[in-house]
Amino acid sequence: MPKTLAEKIWDDHVVRSADGEPDLLYIDLHLIHEVTSPQAFDGLRLSGRTLRRPDLTLATEDHNIPTTDLDKPIADLVSRTQVETLRRNAEEFGVRLYPMGNIEQGIVHVVGPQLGLTQPGMTIVCGDSHTSTHGAFGSLAFGIGTSEVEHVMATQTLPQAKPKMMAVEVVGDLPAGSTAKDLILALITQESTGGGQGYIVEYRGDAIKKLSMEERMTICNMSIEWGAKAGLIAPDETTFEFIKGKDRAPQGEDWDAAVEYWKGLVTDEGAVFDKVVTIDATQVSPFVTWGTNPGQGVAISGNVPNPADFEDEVERTTAERALEYMGLTPGTPMREIKVDTVFLGSCTNGRMSDLRRAAELIEGHTIADSVRMLVVPGSVRVRLQAEAEGLDKIFIAAGAEWRGAGCSMCLGMNPDQLAPGERSASTSNRNFEGRQGKGGRTHLVSPDVAVATAVTGHLATTAEI
Amino acid sequence: MEKFTSHTGVGAPLRRSNVDTDQIIPAVYLKRVTRTGFEDGLFAAWRNDPEFVLNQDAYKNASVLVAGIDFGTGSSREHAVWALQNYGFKVVISPRFADIFRGNSGKAGLLAAQVDESVVEQLWALLEEQPGAEISVDLESRTVTAGEGDSRIEASFAIDDYTRWRLLEGLDDIAITLGHQDDISEYEKKRPSFKPATL
Ligand code: SF4
Repeated sequence: MPKTLAEKIWDDHVVRSADGEPDLLYIDLHLIHEVTSPQAFDGLRLSGRTLRRPDLTLATEDHNIPTTDLDKPIADLVSRTQVETLRRNAEEFGVRLYPMGNIEQGIVHVVGPQLGLTQPGMTIVCGDSHTSTHGAFGSLAFGIGTSEVEHVMATQTLPQAKPKMMAVEVVGDLPAGSTAKDLILALITQESTGGGQGYIVEYRGDAIKKLSMEERMTICNMSIEWGAKAGLIAPDETTFEFIKGKDRAPQGEDWDAAVEYWKGLVTDEGAVFDKVVTIDATQVSPFVTWGTNPGQGVAISGNVPNPADFEDEVERTTAERALEYMGLTPGTPMREIKVDTVFLGSCTNGRMSDLRRAAELIEGHTIADSVRMLVVPGSVRVRLQAEAEGLDKIFIAAGAEWRGAGCSMCLGMNPDQLAPGERSASTSNRNFEGRQGKGGRTHLVSPDVAVATAVTGHLATTAEI
Repeated sequence: MEKFTSHTGVGAPLRRSNVDTDQIIPAVYLKRVTRTGFEDGLFAAWRNDPEFVLNQDAYKNASVLVAGIDFGTGSSREHAVWALQNYGFKVVISPRFADIFRGNSGKAGLLAAQVDESVVEQLWALLEEQPGAEISVDLESRTVTAGEGDSRIEASFAIDDYTRWRLLEGLDDIAITLGHQDDISEYEKKRPSFKPATL
């Protein structure tokens, strides 16, 4: 029977399957960070269990670590305890950890791919919802809770009910000036935050094939933002090329065997999806959010919507509340919205290509006086590479702050936060109330829009700089 | 995990949809390394508002939360479930839950009961008319009941069979899986050598 890509990966990982029970899936890679793991390690200790496969487990520090004063101990004592707990746990259970200062340290979803650990056809989990990022390589990758983290530690498996399969057909090409981030933001607005609920989503179509690996990661990263269990893209030459030669990539005969297997990882002709969604890429223009969930977006050329125009009552009240929180008036052109802070970073847009693109755009400009701009590389490796290319100097010359690697203002768990009422344009993935700091107001944008906004002081496209 | 068969307690109407886990518990509260003490962070931003439902005396000791559609979206933090439990909630009722939140609830022993949107509307109306009213949730028969006489509400809720069974039995998932260690070892023997390792 013809199968979808996700079904093939699923079937290849079933350890045990029985009627009335979820399938027991084998997990190829388990990524760990300081925030969602301490209670899981504790659980193992309390029940006297061991961590089954330290060799398939990797830990890094990313969520709560500071991005300044890297040579000093972490000032926030509670954060420091959490990081030290991870270090102790990793040591005790024999898990490789990339701590602050190590070249491989960084956001967990940047680290896997940069090491070549993220490969097609794998099952990858992490106690973090943006694990879907790794689906860009044609792997089945999803976020889990701490109880599941403990389950994977103890058994290297997870019981999982098989989700339904969805195809997102991207028709046509993205116009010049529109990016992968705009495409995914437009899709989430089209499908709303619950549209992917219960599905594994495969992004397909020529526009997707033309994307670089890093752009594909941006797309898959935000799958969770419209509720999907996971998002993935069939691996191809672009994928193989990216992995080849990386630290943990297969070598010699293993490489050949791997590529042969990977080439079969496509949805078969005639395979049936439970649902197909289409998006016309030719119509995607630079896209930004106006509200407090990622499905509340609009083309930057548009206006703040009027809640009265929403037919659905739930949508209407959600919009009203969002505008109140965001301090916005219906009908205001998006372009007239002034921002205080620009954040360039996160597992959505904190990789090399994002920094290169942003540096190229900002070179020769200075950011507006009223704006502070934080540039936070996704990993130490990205940071060092950017510095080797002189990008840090370009950002600093433009008036931006060049920071250490981590999640930073994406979730405001370290000191990088918005003040109450402060407004940001952020290349991250969530504009929830208070996500970037209590009372902070977030507009999700692409790196292009982030730079143009920093320079002009209001939401803007690169055409304006 | 404790067995869950049924629960009766004060209902709190949370008239909001798309309640993401950043609202349930903001990131700054996630630095604890234990599973307890997260009640302080529950709905932290909203609790500054004296009008917020949990700040009203009638709902203070609520143990059944009735929320709008798409409850628990966003971050995978299981701390959201712990915060609700630490505060005293045993059940959350909503027309739709985000996948990860629903999964986390099932593992941690918080009942996520999915009902029709109209049932949530009825429960909200009842709880607002009669603050402090109780809701009964029976996992065995998958029913939610509340109110009396004319305002009586009785509805069924959805939960997958497997989670229901585990909650009823109070079973620890890991122990169940460890019972299949032979299957896991068999599978591991067949894993291709090209799969990457971290050590
Ligand atoms: S960068 Fe943001 S979304 Fe990505 S892992 Fe860190 S906190 Fe989560």
